[in-house]
Amino acid sequence: MKLAPRTLALVAVLVLFAVVPPLVAAFGQPFYLDLFRRIMIFAIAAVSLNLILAYAVGVLAHHGLTSGLVQWALAIGASALVAAAIGAISIRTSGIYFIMITLAFSQMLYYLGVSIEEYGGDDGMRVKTLSQFPAGLDLADPVTFYYLVFALLVLVLWFTNRLVRSRFGMVIRAAKSNEARSRALGFSPYPYRLVAFTIAGAMCGLAGALLVNHTAYLTPEFMNWTRSGELLFMVILGGAGTGAGPVFGAAGLLLLEDLLQGWSLLPQGMRAYWQFWLGLVLVLVVLFARRGLAGLLRGSADE
Amino acid sequence: MSEALLQARGLRKSFGALAALDGVDLEVREGETHAIIGPNGAGKTTLINQLSGRQRPDAGRILFAGEDITRLAEPARAKKGFARSFQVTSIYREFTALDNVALAVQAHAGHSFRFWRNARAEPALREPAREVLAEVGLAARADVLAANLSHGEQRQLEIAMALATRPRLLLLDEPVAGMGIEESQRMVAFLATLKGRRTMILVEHDMDAVFSLADRISVLVYGRILATGRPEEIRANPEVRAAYLGEDEAC
Repeated sequence: MKLAPRTLALVAVLVLFAVVPPLVAAFGQPFYLDLFRRIMIFAIAAVSLNLILAYAVGVLAHHGLTSGLVQWALAIGASALVAAAIGAISIRTSGIYFIMITLAFSQMLYYLGVSIEEYGGDDGMRVKTLSQFPAGLDLADPVTFYYLVFALLVLVLWFTNRLVRSRFGMVIRAAKSNEARSRALGFSPYPYRLVAFTIAGAMCGLAGALLVNHTAYLTPEFMNWTRSGELLFMVILGGAGTGAGPVFGAAGLLLLEDLLQGWSLLPQGMRAYWQFWLGLVLVLVVLFARRGLAGLLRGSADE
Repeated sequence: MSEALLQARGLRKSFGALAALDGVDLEVREGETHAIIGPNGAGKTTLINQLSGRQRPDAGRILFAGEDITRLAEPARAKKGFARSFQVTSIYREFTALDNVALAVQAHAGHSFRFWRNARAEPALREPAREVLAEVGLAARADVLAANLSHGEQRQLEIAMALATRPRLLLLDEPVAGMGIEESQRMVAFLATLKGRRTMILVEHDMDAVFSLADRISVLVYGRILATGRPEEIRANPEVRAAYLGEDEAC
């Protein structure tokens, strides 16, 4: 089978991710390990739009529950539950109302986080112990952690790819294409959308668990709406509605941020006001490349 | 005479001050092709929407095979055996013709919380879909994106989707609307092959199509059924001629 350009590009990006650690070691630039790990975590999260449960992992660690398997299973399970509850209400709306209502829910949780003094409130607090895994999987070792994130990203991509092609995925995509037709055929979209929302929530729970270990810091900022906005930008930049898009978007946005802030060839004025230039790029993408980076490459007929 | 499969009693539906349906009684027998005709704005599409469950009536009851389905939502009615086409073709434009029909097969099969297997590789969905596509004459167009089919082919595809759910009752809202003479003749010929095998409610403006297909005709004028009867009775009915057919023949 001949692979579509978009699939090839995704494979290329994944290969790049895979070879980052040896390159970083060879050139003595540990910062890039950090950057790419962050990119991959956000790539996982960009499948959906919330990072609420990064917070939960930190809370669990604070209470001495440091077993990674238990923490992460709880984070993913709790994320799925929270997503199911939020989804049950917000999926009844659509378009801009859907975005507003999900943002409202995440702001509620954000202010809950801000108000709990025990976990540092507004300031947040350091996570003293990273998630502990048995048998040599030590998150304190940057390369080990990096490859764990990489493996999980590949797993999430694979799972998502299977999902969109399954009967379930076909129902979801059909309802997006023409809801009136779906209802007339006998598909009530609501239960399918709720399950999809819940699955996305569970994946974000995974990303959250990774992020709190990555930053080793617990802050309600994880739940602030600006974080949701950032994820939304990643999806838009990468191309909504494609499997590879969020990965391109996460890599594109975070690399661009890093480039604009740190690239010494750029004039000082440009580096100081990097947010402006970043915003300009996003506006241009929305105006001229409406299907994002992934849209520039032809995908397989399925996508 | 066979049993009534569908009965509507005293259906009313208003949009603001406009009474689109003003007490409609309708009886459709098992196996018959029942046409609904009437001038523009008579409430024909509103009636189809009440029957399919797309809209709720303000008053009145709908019975299907003896069961009261007035409060049943559209997807639930589809599961009971309703299938419909829309006045403006309603298909999944981003999917291939085969995908469209396979989704209809899947809707009828009723197992959609399956997350792992590639739905496009399931013979249980693809094979029945290919058969129905062949039945409507689209076998050669199976892998074409629905958006790229001609207008007539899209209408055929929509009928194929309706048939793929193995319906007990087919609601067809102007199936030959917007078609050229040749396309529309082919569609009428195809619908004629379904006659007797399927119960059909047919809303149509094309009088040639109506009179060649219908076993019985109901005439809807200003939200009320003016007359119901066999085609020759409707043709001879002076009230109908005055209200509707007269203007048509004058053309």
